[in-house]
Amino acid sequence: MTHPIFPPDKLAKVMELITHYPEGKQKSAILPILHIAQDNFGGWLSTETMDYVAELLNILPMEVYEVATFYSMCNTKPVGKYVFEVCQTGPCMINGSEEIIQYLKDTLHIEVGETTSDGLFTLKTVECLGACGYAPMMQLGKFYREHLTKEKVNAIIEECRNTAATNN
Amino acid sequence: MVRKLLLEKAHLEGIRGYDVYRREGGYRSVEKALGEMTPDQVTDEVKKSGLRGRGGAGFPTGMKWSFIAKPEGVPRHLVCNADESEPGTFKDRYLMEFLPHLLIEGLIVSSYALGSHVTYIYVRGEYSWVIDILETAIGEAKANGWIGNNILGKGFDLEIYVHRGAGAYICGEETALLESLEGKRGLPRIKPPFPAVKGVWDRPTVVNNVETLAAVVPIILIGGEEYAKIGVGKSTGTKLISTCGNINKPGVYEIDMTISVEDFIYSEEYCGGIPNGKKLKACIPGGSSVPILPANLLLKTVKGEKRLMNYESLADGGFVKGSMMGSGGFIVLDEDQCVVKHTLTLARFYRHESCGQCSPCREGTGWMEKILRNIDTGKGKMSDIDLLWDIQRRIEGNTICPLGDAAAWPVAAAIRHFRDEFEWHVLNPEESQKRNYGLAHYADPLEPAVAAV
Amino acid sequence: MAEEKKLFKVTIDNIAIEVEPGTSILNAARRIGGEVAPPAMCYYSTLKGSGGKCRTCLVEVAAGSTADQRPMPKLVASCRTNVMDGMIVKNVTSEKVLDARKGIVEFLLINHPLDCPICDQAGECSLQDLSYQHGTEGTRYEFKRRTFEKHDIGPYIQLHMTRCILCYRCVYVADQLTNRREHGILDRADHSEIATYIHKALENDFIGNVIDVCPVGALTDKTFRFKNRVWFLKPLDAHRNCLKCSGKVTLWNRGEEVFRVTARKDQWGEVKDFICNECRFEKKKTADWVIEGPTRIDRHSVISGNHYVDIVEPKEIMPEVMGGRNPKLLMDINQVSEVNRKDIDLSEIPGPAHSEDFEKENS
Repeated sequence: MTHPIFPPDKLAKVMELITHYPEGKQKSAILPILHIAQDNFGGWLSTETMDYVAELLNILPMEVYEVATFYSMCNTKPVGKYVFEVCQTGPCMINGSEEIIQYLKDTLHIEVGETTSDGLFTLKTVECLGACGYAPMMQLGKFYREHLTKEKVNAIIEECRNTAATNN
Repeated sequence: MVRKLLLEKAHLEGIRGYDVYRREGGYRSVEKALGEMTPDQVTDEVKKSGLRGRGGAGFPTGMKWSFIAKPEGVPRHLVCNADESEPGTFKDRYLMEFLPHLLIEGLIVSSYALGSHVTYIYVRGEYSWVIDILETAIGEAKANGWIGNNILGKGFDLEIYVHRGAGAYICGEETALLESLEGKRGLPRIKPPFPAVKGVWDRPTVVNNVETLAAVVPIILIGGEEYAKIGVGKSTGTKLISTCGNINKPGVYEIDMTISVEDFIYSEEYCGGIPNGKKLKACIPGGSSVPILPANLLLKTVKGEKRLMNYESLADGGFVKGSMMGSGGFIVLDEDQCVVKHTLTLARFYRHESCGQCSPCREGTGWMEKILRNIDTGKGKMSDIDLLWDIQRRIEGNTICPLGDAAAWPVAAAIRHFRDEFEWHVLNPEESQKRNYGLAHYADPLEPAVAAV
Repeated sequence: MAEEKKLFKVTIDNIAIEVEPGTSILNAARRIGGEVAPPAMCYYSTLKGSGGKCRTCLVEVAAGSTADQRPMPKLVASCRTNVMDGMIVKNVTSEKVLDARKGIVEFLLINHPLDCPICDQAGECSLQDLSYQHGTEGTRYEFKRRTFEKHDIGPYIQLHMTRCILCYRCVYVADQLTNRREHGILDRADHSEIATYIHKALENDFIGNVIDVCPVGALTDKTFRFKNRVWFLKPLDAHRNCLKCSGKVTLWNRGEEVFRVTARKDQWGEVKDFICNECRFEKKKTADWVIEGPTRIDRHSVISGNHYVDIVEPKEIMPEVMGGRNPKLLMDINQVSEVNRKDIDLSEIPGPAHSEDFEKENS
């Protein structure tokens, strides 16, 4: 893999983010920048990407690895184009998250943590996302999908497939 | 009808935008505070109001503010804790999503009181669209002169930045949040020193919850004394409660802390009762960390009085016969729910969210989860229940931060109040896989039909 | 005229001592010594920022100070809590502390592999000492113990992540003694691990000190791996002229043979003078060193040249378990074992010693 580089607009955003923090405390910008990096470089953080972030922030690569592996939103392994992150904590469990997870496994023919062979979908279980009143729910990219039912799940899968097909 | 101080205008069309918010009287508290009051007077009003931290601990906000150190030449910071992640809690999200300017208004006034010229909102990373809403609102406020240099010509400078987290419940603990804000792993710090003396980048820092900071707006507008008249005792003002689980109307409600738990669950104005005519089995009244209560103890205190939705009444009876207000995450379980399984999901949550820094929490949370999974799947032993009790007892109070306690309490309370359900699981390994234990002697003392007014 | 320093009076387990303001409870207790000093698995006086994590040094504060005599509501980490004037602390005199400590030991051991028989740290392991002093005989943990993917971190240091108790000392060593930290704590919760993330050898100068500060056998000296048990070795104080460090070390010898080199540890097992990689890994000849004399080991330990101090001799229970009979031993391990033979230079064997090595020597 070649050295990853942010496109100019993203790089400008990164530089702007660094100014939010006092001089010499640029490390503070690491999480916001990792988000941008993850969005920009295929939905996950490769070693090369993390080394690049370390370089931008002028910190040790190890400091980036430590942080990236700590936070659950940072993917340090490749993921599918669409990541279904289904909440399984108490309130969602009460409202049937287990059935939703099982249904997704059956429909996509993958286990939790796996990616479909076409590289489209990854299924993850996550802990409380703060949408307990709208359970069961999952995060898909930037947004929450709430009050899930099997029908809704079907529609979401369909929607993703269509978007992927249109974008290709 | 309860007097609403925070959500009164939440449903107005366009209130998310600056123009409508301002037209409806927004930013008047900034005009009042910066125009007529000194920073210390703002703090005094907050003290008078009796406002208690809405994040979970319930510490008096005015007192917290007065602890901030003011060494010469060292900048101070206000950090808004929007890392809402406690299971059952989603009130801050609601507030930020619908009333972003209310939070920003509160932040400006509070920053003025504390002398913070750069204030951060630490938002949990998953709330990504909320971050856009906040940044848009900050941009609007800045364009209209409420943020920036020399606000209202009063010589007060302020910048507000949104800082996006990346998925870690522990960052809701204030010192872990500050570590995370410094770009590190979210490991809680060992106190002292407290953030008020050495916070972010070793500078004096105050960390307050979203709802707490939003509440500063009505306090300044109506005055601390007036605010303190609402509510009861030391539970002043209004409180946002997010409700979920087996209820007809899950959502976020603003209450004035004089309402009874029973009315809150069954009245149409709030939760609207339990669906499908089911009976109430148990409830976690303040977010997953606080003790679960069986229906009989939830609705009435040990003294036989009606339990109210406020700090004191929910805590009445201590940990043995009471619970806590916590973060206001109200989780209702009906007769079909299994307490063992529910406790298991919470134990799994705390194991997943432990930062791994100190040994009792790192090792103990995983151990409890494994034992609970055994009991839940019919592989438990009678001695496991006592073992669980012993593990939680040795985690509680012995960890660096309150996550250890938060992991221990739900397990302790579940065993304390529902021990027979645990024993039933052990004694009936096969049957427990097919049906739930049900209500037993924790039967709902109310007839749901009568209560649904 | 120098101002007279006001000392704080603190009482720990009913013994009063005066210490300078800013002293931690742990260090005050160490001044008293003996069992009054709480055990410490993560605190390390020469590493800035260490402590507070393992929770083994928890103590009860029965009175905060003369001015505020209220007890502290929770047990506190004595390594990170400073004394106040008039403070009253209970360590071994507190039931609460002893119970909590028992719990901590159990937590530290549930995922520990207990592979002491094949662990190079055995005999000088803080976790072993802690378990003997504060643990229970059995475990109540019935699940599979945690495992990790194995990582090779180079020719000098052997990493056994399963043994790690996450004290973070090695991270502080890399931060504070080497020019660039190449390892750290990855992941979180019960999966936290010490690793380099990318395949990398830890070779920076002074990194060898992670071996000495590691309280368990997670980081051991690869050049000493499986070469000998520490209690068979004789520790000697020695020095050499070194441009990089003080050159003051402990040699671990068997006869003339140098098996390993470590920094010198004080009575609390802490290194005051850290040593460079060259002294530790490259100077394995007696001729490289000026021998000062036998190392004095203060605390009772199996390393103490095989001479136990104040230790109760184990009772001969053979007749008891055999119902009064006293059977003849069929084999005396000391006579049969080849490992104790003086004519075999174990340090010359590349890697662990096998029976073949002895056979080869014999032929």
